Amino acid sequence: MTSMSKPFIDKHLPKNKLGLSVRNYEGVMSTLCAGCGHDSVTAALVQAFWELDLAPESAAKVSGIGCSSKTTAYFMGQSHGINCVHGRMPSVATGANAANGDLNYIGISGDGDSLSIGFGQFAHAIRRNLNMLYILENNGVYGLTKGQFSAAADYGSKSKKGLANDQMPIDPCVQALTLGAGFVARAFSGDKSQLIPLIKAGLKHKGFALIDVISPCVTFNDHAGSTKSYAHTYKYYHPLVHTDFVAHADETTGAYDKDGAMRVTMADGGELFLRKTADDYDPRDRAQAIETLLMNKSEGEIRTGLLYLNSDLPDMQAANKLPKIPLNQVPYERLTPGKAALAKLQSRYR
Amino acid sequence: MKPTDTRDPDYFHKVVDCQWACPAHTPVPEYIRLIAQGEFTEAYLVNRRSNVFPGILGRVCDRPCEPACRRGRVEEEPVAICRLKRVAADHRDEVKHLVPQKPANTNGKKIALIGAGPASLTVANDLAPLGYECTIFEAHHRPGGLMISNIPSFRLPEEVLDEEIGYILDQGVELKTGHRIESLKALSESGYDAVFIGSGAPKGKDLKIEGRDEADANIHIGIDWLESVAFEHTDKIGKQVLIIGVGNTAMDCCRTSLRLGADDVKVMARKPRQFFKASPWELEDAEDENVEILVNHSPKRFVVENGKLTGMEFELMEYQLDEDGQITDTRIAGTTIIPCTDVILAIGQENAFPWIERDIGIEFDKWGVPIVDEKTFESTKKGIFFGGDSAFGPKNIIWAVEHGHQAAISIHKHCEATDLKQRLPRGVNLQSAKMGVNEWMYSNSYTGEHRRQMPLAELKARLSNRKMEVETGYTAEQIATEVQRCLNCDVQTVFEAPLCKECDACMDICPVDCLSIVPVAEEAELRQSLRVPANNKDQALFVSEPLKDTGRVMVKDENLCLHCGLCAERCPTAAWDMQDADIFIPHVDDETKKVAAE
Repeated sequence: MTSMSKPFIDKHLPKNKLGLSVRNYEGVMSTLCAGCGHDSVTAALVQAFWELDLAPESAAKVSGIGCSSKTTAYFMGQSHGINCVHGRMPSVATGANAANGDLNYIGISGDGDSLSIGFGQFAHAIRRNLNMLYILENNGVYGLTKGQFSAAADYGSKSKKGLANDQMPIDPCVQALTLGAGFVARAFSGDKSQLIPLIKAGLKHKGFALIDVISPCVTFNDHAGSTKSYAHTYKYYHPLVHTDFVAHADETTGAYDKDGAMRVTMADGGELFLRKTADDYDPRDRAQAIETLLMNKSEGEIRTGLLYLNSDLPDMQAANKLPKIPLNQVPYERLTPGKAALAKLQSRYR
Repeated sequence: MKPTDTRDPDYFHKVVDCQWACPAHTPVPEYIRLIAQGEFTEAYLVNRRSNVFPGILGRVCDRPCEPACRRGRVEEEPVAICRLKRVAADHRDEVKHLVPQKPANTNGKKIALIGAGPASLTVANDLAPLGYECTIFEAHHRPGGLMISNIPSFRLPEEVLDEEIGYILDQGVELKTGHRIESLKALSESGYDAVFIGSGAPKGKDLKIEGRDEADANIHIGIDWLESVAFEHTDKIGKQVLIIGVGNTAMDCCRTSLRLGADDVKVMARKPRQFFKASPWELEDAEDENVEILVNHSPKRFVVENGKLTGMEFELMEYQLDEDGQITDTRIAGTTIIPCTDVILAIGQENAFPWIERDIGIEFDKWGVPIVDEKTFESTKKGIFFGGDSAFGPKNIIWAVEHGHQAAISIHKHCEATDLKQRLPRGVNLQSAKMGVNEWMYSNSYTGEHRRQMPLAELKARLSNRKMEVETGYTAEQIATEVQRCLNCDVQTVFEAPLCKECDACMDICPVDCLSIVPVAEEAELRQSLRVPANNKDQALFVSEPLKDTGRVMVKDENLCLHCGLCAERCPTAAWDMQDADIFIPHVDDETKKVAAE
């Protein structure tokens, strides 16, 4: 907790197409520990949404329980949102998405909320290709209950008291790849230059977009021997591919093509530019993605970036042929056609 | 760019924009905090230590601090620093026993001070308590220099002036009024150990154009006329008055004219408004009293009929300006005659030293200004010092005070026969402002309140009484609000690079986006690589040592920092800390303490 709210000063800041400064995308003050990686993820979300000219009222924030899930209050204070039952955020998001497919769904979860109590929900949201940006703020511990190892803790990683974790971790990115996700990325709260374009691309991806963000727990998992500390992550941090996102195709400059970037057009016209590193990694190759992630364990490198992208999969709305108009815009007479229509419908089941 | 050396005392001093801009380096945020705590007497004494005349300067200072104030960059207007100084002076308790006292014994060194203006008074204020026998020679019958002769009483009441001059004279300073020095040679041969010349720039410029001599009876030199009003030799003026010139003296002339019976007063400016020399608030005050300011009128001749001034002819000027607002071309578009009964010339003033013999070793430049060392204020003759307007031409009171402080150090060193240039350096003492978890020894919260407006006496009442003070002083509510507008820039953000774990928390919380962690580069490139480009090049960048995990550097753009301490509150390792910076500005008594300590 800070002693006061952040003063609102934006005279020095540029405005986006909606006439808003980045300050307008903030929420209430964070109550997380000073130095928490989650606050950096929040700041990256704020910056990304401002850059996308996203109208705050066009977004819905959904979350479950945990330190990470609290953070939906800390950005876009003018958006829709629900902080729901532990691990059940994907169900609520599914319902909301079915009722109104026009909103931008932003799910915030943690390694406990997604990989333990909500593991089934997480898997099925991917399987049904729910159109949402799913941020998994991964710190390897249960911070809210004082630092027990989570299902994402690496084998051998040491607790604050020096005990080593002797269970194998669940890797959310590997899980997402095997479950058929179309957008799988890994990032680090300490590198916004990578995280922000990934958030923008994930939000514009039509379908389920997972970003597993290593977001150190400054209180319970930031010591020597931890594999999710700031120092460890900086040391082994290894971007496989550089991502840039340009929201409007008309703003594209030729510069990207010249340095050999892969160019991917997103569903709504935005473009993604992927520049290869020395690794020669191609995020369109699912087998290579899985192999790279499984290999990574032995070498200790933390491989980050857009790991896999396939924009051709139908999302839940398309697969289930849901109506294009959100329910709240359907005229009342159509939404409640009356007793006669109900009787007619019921007669079909007699 | 190399890591910033914050041990250089000027680095943190420069962050305190107001204190840095003040010639006497008054610790502004410190006294504003004292006012906030109701410690008016202490606030007065902190002020007095730096600027000697808080009650006077709290009314009529040129306020170089205010345009510098960071608050003016964060929102629209700076903190009303000058008004708050007056608050300290108005609400203080008796300080007679708290200001430096007359010493029990003198040290036998005799100092002559010429002119009882702010420069000489400051020298006496600094030297008398140390035992120096100071004698001030003043040509007029009252001390104060231009503070009494040129600044009208409706801006600076005589009681305020007399009281603050009194504190100095009470220290055993001898004042000889009505004593004009006619020969420096004679004075310097009469047994003084040092002579300080603070005689000001007493000669108002004249305008020698057609009709000047014929209309002499109704043409007045601004500073002479103000002096004659102040000393009650003049108590009226005609109905229609033209003021030539648009500096602060012109503002005093036009407002004084209104109080002596004029009802149509025009200030005639040769150039457009952006070239006016008067302070914006003085222009406002004059216009508030219905003075009309006419631009682009260049004096051509005085119109005289039957031996009497009836008007003045002006050329109507047109100017071509370039992109930077500089005049590139001038054209005369015609002429006009404006009727008037009197003209007051306020077009500048100059030094005049007819009483300094040119063969006693004091060198003058081609404009008749003495050659004075900018650091020691010594002339080319040992033991003769200059300060105030007489040193480098017309400036203002607060500069005169600073000249006085510096000259006092030099005079002391001269009398001790030590090197005048070996002076105590400035220093900075840092002390953590942390009192507990997210608790600080200053009020770190930010208020969005705007600058308070000074209440003024009713227009009709003030115009009918030349001595009625126009500004009535802040109310309790105004004081309470205005003190909170100060950003406490002297509580510094201090960074310990080895402690930083690059979690970005400080960057994310900073309300003005002044922190960035970036790869090191040359300054020009670095300024553009920050989260918000640092385009105000007058403001420094703080650059840390390389950080241990990535080798990048923490960069802080000092431009907009609110000193709110949120970076320090969010820092998990206390790499950022808020530390109260006490900027040490040596005065002559510090020089003597140093000797005692050795």
